[in-house]
Amino acid sequence: MRNLTFAALVSIFSVFSTFAIAAGPSSKLDTVDIDLTDKASLQRGAHTFVNYCLSCHGASLMRYNRMAKDLGLTDDQVTENLMFATDKIGDTMQIAMRAEDAKRWFGVVPPDLSVIARARGTDWLYTYLRTFYLDESRPMGTNNLAFKDVGMPHVLWEQQGYQAIDEDGHLSVEQEGALTPRQYDMMSRDLVNFLAYISEPSKLQRLALGKWVLLYLAIFFVIALALKKAYWKDVH
Amino acid sequence: MSMMDWIDARFPATKMWKEHISEYYAPKNFNFWYYFGSLALLILVLQIVTGIFLTMNYKPDAELAFASVEYIMRDVEWGWLIRYLHSTGASAFFVVIYLHMFRGLMYGSYKQPRELIWIFGMLLYVVLMAEAFMGYLLPWGQMSYWGAQVIISLFGALPIIGEDLALWIRGDYVVADATLNRFFAMHVIALPIVLLGLVAAHILALHEVGSNNPDGVDIKKNKDANGKPVDGIPFHPYYTVKDLVGVVVFLFIFSLVLFYMPEFGGWFLEKDNFIPADPLKTPEHIVPLWYFTPFYAILRAVPDKLFGVIAMGLAIVVLFLLPWLDRSRTRSIRYRGPYFRIALVVFVISFLALGYLGTQPATFLYTLMAQIFTVLYFAFFLLMPIYTKFDKDKPVPERVTTK
Repeated sequence: MRNLTFAALVSIFSVFSTFAIAAGPSSKLDTVDIDLTDKASLQRGAHTFVNYCLSCHGASLMRYNRMAKDLGLTDDQVTENLMFATDKIGDTMQIAMRAEDAKRWFGVVPPDLSVIARARGTDWLYTYLRTFYLDESRPMGTNNLAFKDVGMPHVLWEQQGYQAIDEDGHLSVEQEGALTPRQYDMMSRDLVNFLAYISEPSKLQRLALGKWVLLYLAIFFVIALALKKAYWKDVH
Repeated sequence: MSMMDWIDARFPATKMWKEHISEYYAPKNFNFWYYFGSLALLILVLQIVTGIFLTMNYKPDAELAFASVEYIMRDVEWGWLIRYLHSTGASAFFVVIYLHMFRGLMYGSYKQPRELIWIFGMLLYVVLMAEAFMGYLLPWGQMSYWGAQVIISLFGALPIIGEDLALWIRGDYVVADATLNRFFAMHVIALPIVLLGLVAAHILALHEVGSNNPDGVDIKKNKDANGKPVDGIPFHPYYTVKDLVGVVVFLFIFSLVLFYMPEFGGWFLEKDNFIPADPLKTPEHIVPLWYFTPFYAILRAVPDKLFGVIAMGLAIVVLFLLPWLDRSRTRSIRYRGPYFRIALVVFVISFLALGYLGTQPATFLYTLMAQIFTVLYFAFFLLMPIYTKFDKDKPVPERVTTK
């Protein structure tokens, strides 16, 4: 165990001591312009999420009824259309798949996606969703530009189709999907928007409250300054 | 007999109020740099109050900690606000403390007769660093975990007792549930008590000798017929209303960060800390929190791990010695000679540069730069007895100056 700790620390310090840092999320990312106030987009994203992500990835910190409230949906709408894993609206978005099974099937346990947008960033997620390509050397037959040798298969292949990669790393359509590239981009954007929402459901509330706090402080500043000046008149 | 008389006959309420607030005479020439003491006190209260509310829902358990923080962010009423107040407050605390310490350096506030104020203040700084370090483990994210792993392992570099000491601190062979549990205990009760005691000592020592000021003039030398300093004004109401203005300005800037950029570009809340702690997966970059990076840069500047740890420790120890390293009779930078002024500028540049370098990968060039700035950092202190002795200070006025 002592050796393990030491090895871990040596590896940490060696990361610092060279330029050679593993090609991670540093490669060029596509930018995505999301809008947390766009409820229609969030609802479409939620739909994609529960249908394609929520079988393997949980969002175990996010409650269905909170989502209903924030997305402008009724509890019934959520129960009927977006809730497959439970029948309790107050539950969080858990999955039934056991960790050990996931490990056997994919080599890794699919991470919980509750705060993934805050860990990875929205640009990374958008790039990730759009850059799966065919790679026969991988067990699932696909690889990814944003996440090298990812264990996850291209779940949205029916929508996007399959892409091939050339020697320069450019992607081209190999097999068309049900959606046009533009439609698929919109679908990805809505999903990223939704992931950004569940990573911090109170964000809009935070931004809205901020204005009033700053306004209050600005007014209070004028009063406080006047008070200070009044008291300090006789100090020379 | 009034209520107050009844109390005063049994408890020195009015006496204390007068001694420390309404009849505590502070120099009338405090400037911008004198806001940060009261702001530090404000943040201490903020951290304690928000900390109490966080404790009501946080779970110090490796299995539950990460989710309990997100539970606070989502399911607890106003939990997100309380949590961001606490996380932003931690960084704001260090901003304010660094400015407060720099004020002391500029105006010689550590010099005779205020050596103990400086010592208590330095102890506060060290305990605050421990408090911040232990608090940072609690969200149990990847950066919490690996940051703690790296820092605790530094103790392992000490000869003979090192490994056992690191084991004793962790309570396990790696950072684990036991570590989280004990850091929680230290963070929420042990260290806050020490902090509060030291704050009391810091303020009592200050009120015993009186506040320094931007001129470094001793206002107690010049008293009126009533025995009050001519250049002094009662702390209340003068400085209470003035500090109120400072508090509002501070809260405005604080709120800007809190409501619009609580992660502060990854410096206050790091991206990797939104990934639950995983003992088997080391993050690509482990960078300590921004307020530790100058010392981290010094640690890495020394090629040998043991000597690096020693250098890092000494970088803090020399600060304690400041009152005795400075041989000048002049307190304020306003009347100091050129040597001290240049030395202070070099010191500030070195400290900031080390802070930056501590956040960067240790490439050859960066390591070399960190080594140069480490030497300059120590030169400021170790050469101080010489350059302050031969410095050409200007005459200090009899009375404080005001614009």
